[in-house]
Amino acid sequence: MRQLYHFNGGVHPPQHKDQSTIDPIRIPPLPEKLIIPLHQHIGSSAKALVQPGERVLKGQMIGQPEGHVSSAIHAPTSGKILSVGMEPVPHPSGLDALCVILEPDGLEEWIERVPLDPEMDPGTMRTKLKDAGVVGLGGAVFPSFIKLNPGSKNKVRTLILNGAECEPYITCDDLLMRERAFEIAEGAKLMQRLLGAEEVVLGIEDNKPLAIEAMKSAGGMEVVAVPTVYPGGGAKQLIKVLTGVEVPAGERSTDLGVQCFNVATAASVYRAIRLGEPVLSRIVTITGNVAQPGNYEALIGTPVDHLIRQAGALPGSSGAIMGGPMMGIDLPSTHVPVVKAMNCVIVKSEALFPKALDPMPCIRCARCAESCPAELQPQELYWFAKAKNFGKAQEYALFDCIECGCCSYVCPSHIPLVQYYRYAKSEIWAQEREKKASDLARLRHEFRVERMERDKREKAERLAQKSAQAKEL
Amino acid sequence: MNSPYITRSPSVTEIMVKVLAALIPAIAADVWFFGPAVLVTLALASVTALVLEAFMLRLRGRPVKPFLMDGSALLTAWLLGLSIPPMAPWWLIVTGTAFAIVIAKHLYGGLGSNPFNPAMVGYAVLIISFPVQMTQWLAPASIAQSHLDFSSILDYMFFHALPANTGLDALTSATPLDTLKTQLHLDKSMDAIMSLPIYGTIGGKWMAAAYLAGGLYLLQQKIVSWHVPVSFIGTIAILSGALHLVDPAHYASPLFQLASGATMIGAFFILTDPVTGPTTPKGKLLFASGAGFLTYVIRLHGGYPDGVAFAVLLMNICVPLIDAYTQPPVFGKKK
Ligand code: SF4
Ligand code: SF4
Repeated sequence: MRQLYHFNGGVHPPQHKDQSTIDPIRIPPLPEKLIIPLHQHIGSSAKALVQPGERVLKGQMIGQPEGHVSSAIHAPTSGKILSVGMEPVPHPSGLDALCVILEPDGLEEWIERVPLDPEMDPGTMRTKLKDAGVVGLGGAVFPSFIKLNPGSKNKVRTLILNGAECEPYITCDDLLMRERAFEIAEGAKLMQRLLGAEEVVLGIEDNKPLAIEAMKSAGGMEVVAVPTVYPGGGAKQLIKVLTGVEVPAGERSTDLGVQCFNVATAASVYRAIRLGEPVLSRIVTITGNVAQPGNYEALIGTPVDHLIRQAGALPGSSGAIMGGPMMGIDLPSTHVPVVKAMNCVIVKSEALFPKALDPMPCIRCARCAESCPAELQPQELYWFAKAKNFGKAQEYALFDCIECGCCSYVCPSHIPLVQYYRYAKSEIWAQEREKKASDLARLRHEFRVERMERDKREKAERLAQKSAQAKEL
Repeated sequence: MNSPYITRSPSVTEIMVKVLAALIPAIAADVWFFGPAVLVTLALASVTALVLEAFMLRLRGRPVKPFLMDGSALLTAWLLGLSIPPMAPWWLIVTGTAFAIVIAKHLYGGLGSNPFNPAMVGYAVLIISFPVQMTQWLAPASIAQSHLDFSSILDYMFFHALPANTGLDALTSATPLDTLKTQLHLDKSMDAIMSLPIYGTIGGKWMAAAYLAGGLYLLQQKIVSWHVPVSFIGTIAILSGALHLVDPAHYASPLFQLASGATMIGAFFILTDPVTGPTTPKGKLLFASGAGFLTYVIRLHGGYPDGVAFAVLLMNICVPLIDAYTQPPVFGKKK
């Protein structure tokens, strides 16, 4: 038996998971239009490879990775490109982003799929993963090929697969593990090889017995039931629970010999390498105020309202959340596309999510600190953020905050603490950007002055030389 | 709206209501030993607190209802009311409460911003300004030489009138802690002191037990953490135990120290006030053991019979410092 470790705090919000696990993963009908953002990952946006009017095949690359940290985007089905332009997307910034609009032709005509040699050279395999658009499907969407490169110095001992799924309502990983344990296990093998990891450990919260059973019978890794406590599925928390290692903010877990991936990412690694299929779809939980909550294998770019219609929209809905109720974001509308980061959409209603109560003053009860998995003092951070004392906030480790929301969840004064931290962080970033910009301007100015002086100097030297030559003649 | 979209917190009101409920055993014991005058004191303190709270909220332009409903003013009133001698004159009660609510709480910024425990500020002001009235405790029913009926008590509290043939001395007695101090000054031995009639009553022990019961309920409900009561009680027990071992003739037993005066109410209800205490676990330990030390020293050498109130206020001053120096290391940055 593996020894499990404990992280500080955490909370036990009501699960609301049962309603969306009644049915197997559902396949929705093709929507009329797919809206495919070119920037669905951390790093730089992919560059559009298609023009309006062009016909594309299922699996064809339509966005090329650009720069070091980037990932490819593919046509999720065959059809015609209608346009390439700015559209509303599900992103915390709330800004529109460049999207390819694809009209499916219903033929599902594939590109030629070439299964790859699982024993191929690791460097080439990583490039293939980059070109297959494989990114972290747990929500962080960091390009996987980078995380699968331990570098020459580091030795990764443990590859951790994250099947904890700690947020209420979300069940997409649960269903994936129940139904596609084989894909996950095969993907894990490939990842283990790329990392040279000695062991593969899969952490699943003990509220998912069916998933645990399925994964155990798939074999190839150690399946560990971890206690159900939010945010036990946070990468840092899961690493702590399974290995006892605490990854400090701003450091990479690889440097400490651990690497962590979501189970759905493992499945897409399998598909990319063994089947030659890039990431074209993902499982999304549609739940909340709908008649039949459930999980859908949705093509990337499927409008969310198309899925909500499948699940049966109910009256009294008031917007939707992408992600879980603890860390999710408001969707600008339900006419935004499914993206690689979207694990769940919760349709809101007044009954499910009553309005927040008016905040009262902080009574310093420290319940927030007791619940904080990052072991911060949220009440102090709140105080400094509110007073705009950003220096102090940083001193009290503001940037170690993972925005899990536990502190707000337990605060008896109903203070929206996390909002204060987000605000403080964005202010600090803005200040830093400004400082950088002004530093850059100063540098440019100095450089210009320097160049003008150099020019002058050189001119003077040339003149001097000329006159010297003239004298010699 | 923004994540998290859900909360589960008990509200401030719920917390305060539980603390108030935890005081009920002590109030019951108080009434049992000292009679219904205790209830009059509490009622008067409560009304004064609520009226002044509402008035101050209006003055400061704050919403009156949610803040009045938070229960914090009521709690201050009860804690102060329980520290004032039963049968204290009405103006004493009103003055103390007014100081607590208007000066100690609202002039310092209201709920959450006051550095000093309001009830203890009220108490300190009273005991400094009116030492006589504040130390005239109604003698426990069992040892009182004469007895007043309820209407005479009201007469005394509100009109300062006593029935013709009763003197105040016959009704009141010094508290056990007070008696101990005076008698030790008179060079009496501990054995002789402890055989005085005041120590024959078990009132003090029952009161302490009642506070302890309420405190255990608060611990069980996770309203207070163990750090403060354990460290406060432990410090007093260790200090008094050590001295008692060395010189039992001059130092009362630890059990006496724990069962007397405000030790228990202090441990569970006063030092645990979150607003005026530190927030870190280590800080709580330090804060409460500091208060325990000061309480004991004041009991031994101070000019006042009990030291809890002053100990609390002195430690309140240190809270920002304690918090700043006891910040626990964050995740991933330990050692
Ligand atoms: S939980 Fe809320 S009231 Fe309590 S200390 Fe934290 S911020 Fe203050
Ligand atoms: S949101 Fe930040 S401060 Fe609040 S509990 Fe989570 S990590 Fe701690």
